[in-house]
Amino acid sequence: MGQTITEKILAKHSGRDSVKPGELVNAKLDLIMCHDVTTTPAIDMLKEHGITKVFDPEKIVIMPDHFVPNKDIKSAEMVRKIRLWAKEVGIEKFYELGNHGVCHALLPEQGHVKPSMTIVGADSHTCTHGALGAFSTGIGSTDLAASLATGELWFKVPPTILFNISGKLKDGVYAKDIILEIIRRIGVDGARYKAMEFKGEVIDALSIEARMTITNMAIEAGAKSGIIAADEKTLAYLKDRSEGDFEILQSDEDAVYEQQIDIDISDLEPMVAFPHLPDNGKAVSDIKEKIIIDQAYIGSCTNGRIEDLRVAAEYFKGQKVAKGTRCIVIPATTDIWKQANKEGLLDIFMEAGATVSSPTCGACLGGHMGVIAGGEKCISTTNRNFVGRMGSPDSEVYLASPATVAASAVNGYISDPRKAVGE
Amino acid sequence: MKAHVYKRKHINTDEIIPARYLTMDKEAELAKYAMEDIDTEFVNKVEAGDVIIAGENFGCGSSREHAVWALRGAGVKAVIADSFARIFYRNCINNGFLAIECQGVSELIESGSEVKIDLKNGLLSDLKSRKEYHFAPLPDFAQEMLDAGGLLNLITKK
Repeated sequence: MGQTITEKILAKHSGRDSVKPGELVNAKLDLIMCHDVTTTPAIDMLKEHGITKVFDPEKIVIMPDHFVPNKDIKSAEMVRKIRLWAKEVGIEKFYELGNHGVCHALLPEQGHVKPSMTIVGADSHTCTHGALGAFSTGIGSTDLAASLATGELWFKVPPTILFNISGKLKDGVYAKDIILEIIRRIGVDGARYKAMEFKGEVIDALSIEARMTITNMAIEAGAKSGIIAADEKTLAYLKDRSEGDFEILQSDEDAVYEQQIDIDISDLEPMVAFPHLPDNGKAVSDIKEKIIIDQAYIGSCTNGRIEDLRVAAEYFKGQKVAKGTRCIVIPATTDIWKQANKEGLLDIFMEAGATVSSPTCGACLGGHMGVIAGGEKCISTTNRNFVGRMGSPDSEVYLASPATVAASAVNGYISDPRKAVGE
Repeated sequence: MKAHVYKRKHINTDEIIPARYLTMDKEAELAKYAMEDIDTEFVNKVEAGDVIIAGENFGCGSSREHAVWALRGAGVKAVIADSFARIFYRNCINNGFLAIECQGVSELIESGSEVKIDLKNGLLSDLKSRKEYHFAPLPDFAQEMLDAGGLLNLITKK
């Protein structure tokens, strides 16, 4: 019987020829990602249990990103604790301020992610890394502590839903719109406990960065993981970043999927997910009311990469952010920041009256650097619009692509990026 | 144990413990803010040993284990939901904290009812209405973790 990529990866890492959905396996881990919020408690747990070593410092990467540059004394103490512990246990892959970035943008950018790996990260959007053909999933702090200590973790093999995406994207429509449409269709628990595998001519045509936007939001449908088989584009992406061998796995022709969902996106429009769930998507032309926004946010592990910034910058050329609207642009990593600077994108944003800051998860989770007040509305390229996600529980978050957010920033209200903006 | 019922689906970890409190990680500290963005009165109402009963997909969103710690710190003994989001469910098991899936439960029990949990037989009793509801017993590995007091205790024991 054929197997999906996810089943093959899990079988291989648990010393089995094959596995079936529902089976419990203990899988060896190739890569463990830690950030500031969830790692500090894991360190305490290890110490409380007398565990003074990690299984393999080479396979552990630490990327403080949520509250960096540190927003207060407590967050500074958290990173300090991690810094000291990393030294104690000999972890050298620590991305300190100046080389920092939002972990799910930074991890693949720096060449840590390779096809067919098993990756865990103590952050729910760890599913992002499936864009390179890896099994990658988010865990909590106890799982993290166990992973760091043993290099293994228990998993229930997930059933896979196959999403076959066909057609051709229209101008002004992007990967973000595809994933918002998928989540709108299946709901925020439509893939609960499952693997989402994406394939088809549309996926083939997407860049690796755009594929990451899709797998990033698998968790927003409740999924354990999102995955896209590695192809020539993956190899090209890895060429200058990554060393060492890796295997490329494909799902078998006769692989068993729990469900196959075919979506033709030829008529897809730019999408906006309304408060307070990511599945509350509407096509932009169906928005009849004028939704005035207080803030527009461009950044995050979903849409803070260089291609996103290029798209957004086009809307700000020779334009101004609307009066009464604040616009924040946060390149997701230091290298993206530098590249955007080199290309003159940061000047374009600043000239338009947006502000550009250091890489951080910051405002996406209502942490710092752009928290919103009660009664305010923010349109954002991020992945969650839960109650209170970006600040006050009385605020509202609308999710959209960088194009839609940029167009809305210039107009001051939620706008169709396919129409002319500004004055 | 008194039931605090939240029928809504998709109660997420941002609501259970908002990110503005994530520079804390001790149960007693987090407890003061448990459920704050869904019910500011929760921490005043809850008593040690109470249970939360909730709708589908409880605990979706962020992987922050702080959600489990905040609830346990506030005295919550168990969460019984129509269904759970996977990372939250894992975090419960790994902490030896009781998460019971009981389809339809959010519509069956009224807030304020006294309930009793019989883990061995998979029975939830509503002492007010004198009705009983069945749930699937915990999987063996989850029971083992619960008995050990969590994943790390289990690992260190092994």
